[in-house]
Amino acid sequence: MIFDFNVIWNSLPLYLGGVLVTLKILLISLAFGLALAIPLGLMRVSKSPWVNFPAWLYTYVIRGTPMLVQLFLIYYGLAQFEAVRESFLWPYFSSATFCACLAFAINTSAYSAEILAGSLKATPHGEIEAAKAMGMSRSKLYRRILLPSALRRALPQYSNEVIMMLHTTSLASIVTLVDITGAARTVSSQYYLPFEAFITAGLFYLCLTFILVRLFKQAERRWLAYLAPRKA
Amino acid sequence: MLNGYGSTILEGAWLTLILALTSMAVAVTLGLLGAAFRLSPIKWLSLLGETYATVIRGIPDLVLILLIFYGGQDIVNRLAPMLGYDDYIDINPFIAGVFTMGFIFGAYLSETFRGAFMAIPKGQAEAGAAYGMSGIQVFFRILVPQMIRFAIPGFTNNWLVLTKATALISVVGLQDMMFKAKSAADATREPFTFYLAVAGLYLVLTSVSLLALRYLEKRYSVGTKAADL
Repeated sequence: MIFDFNVIWNSLPLYLGGVLVTLKILLISLAFGLALAIPLGLMRVSKSPWVNFPAWLYTYVIRGTPMLVQLFLIYYGLAQFEAVRESFLWPYFSSATFCACLAFAINTSAYSAEILAGSLKATPHGEIEAAKAMGMSRSKLYRRILLPSALRRALPQYSNEVIMMLHTTSLASIVTLVDITGAARTVSSQYYLPFEAFITAGLFYLCLTFILVRLFKQAERRWLAYLAPRKA
Repeated sequence: MLNGYGSTILEGAWLTLILALTSMAVAVTLGLLGAAFRLSPIKWLSLLGETYATVIRGIPDLVLILLIFYGGQDIVNRLAPMLGYDDYIDINPFIAGVFTMGFIFGAYLSETFRGAFMAIPKGQAEAGAAYGMSGIQVFFRILVPQMIRFAIPGFTNNWLVLTKATALISVVGLQDMMFKAKSAADATREPFTFYLAVAGLYLVLTSVSLLALRYLEKRYSVGTKAADL
């Protein structure tokens, strides 16, 4: 037999620890990313160029450059400046976990903002007209009509973004974190079994991807039921 | 420029571009094959196409790159002695990179192409068959030229993701612009400068691609009507 999976079986605790790290980074970056994406998405649908342009530039630059470059700019790059090294923020910026979460949150905020903006623009105009006819103010219109409806309709696309983010978190292993990929790299270099180590990591990601797909299917059934095709 | 590292980084940028273009050619081939498999009436072929698309899209690019590059090399070297070949086989990182990226993005493109093929009215293929064309003739003369128009938006997306994903190949030692920037950053202790320069180059690459593909989309949509909402 040319494969040796015994070692992998013994390193299972390392992989499971990696799953926890992956999930932790994923949840933190998604939470902050989404919180940032909502104001950005609203800015992207604004008619005023002063509001729209900065958000457009932000999403354009973030979406036009590789995640790896963004991560390196934050983790390795910022240390170049004396001011950063001496500021009170340095303990944060010298931590790989913080930098990875920050970079991923910035990245996902740009993609999610575009998804949300697209969804806001696709709001049926009848909904807006009805809200106006009810005498709603602008902020009430956004809070009660536009955002709830747009966030729901963004769900299918956002599920893709979440899965992309799950895959992006594997880059954390490049900045020394021991997530699933990091665990696989450790196993690979300790026992020199790269094939078995990485195929195991791949299986873990595949399982997580399927679980996420399932969860979003459930969420869509819950919140998008009114858009589902009518059952005969 | 850039402490004398400007030209090395530009050389790396050229390699990045060549890598992206070659990988895309491999990906388009695999994507067409995958889409043809998935749409095929033969059950095991469509299952094979579906497995390829699902499994590859469910695993991060970086893991696949590490798996194919290190794992692939490992397996080749474990198998080679059994076939009576005793020298250590070293896989060229460029070739490995092209095939890895091609293999990954072939899966994504197979989805894009499948959707595009399905958007072509059925009557088109039937008309081709009625003229006595063979299956292959119908595929290449009728379906593919019409599919391109539907596939361009998805293709644009995949091309941009692929271009950016080539940065990951630097992790396995291909000397693309990311790799060159890392060496320059380590040598000069000015990482921010070099990574910012590389970010700028990637932005130029993606912006130019975006404009070019938008033009192409317009060309391929000539003669079709779009209804304004």
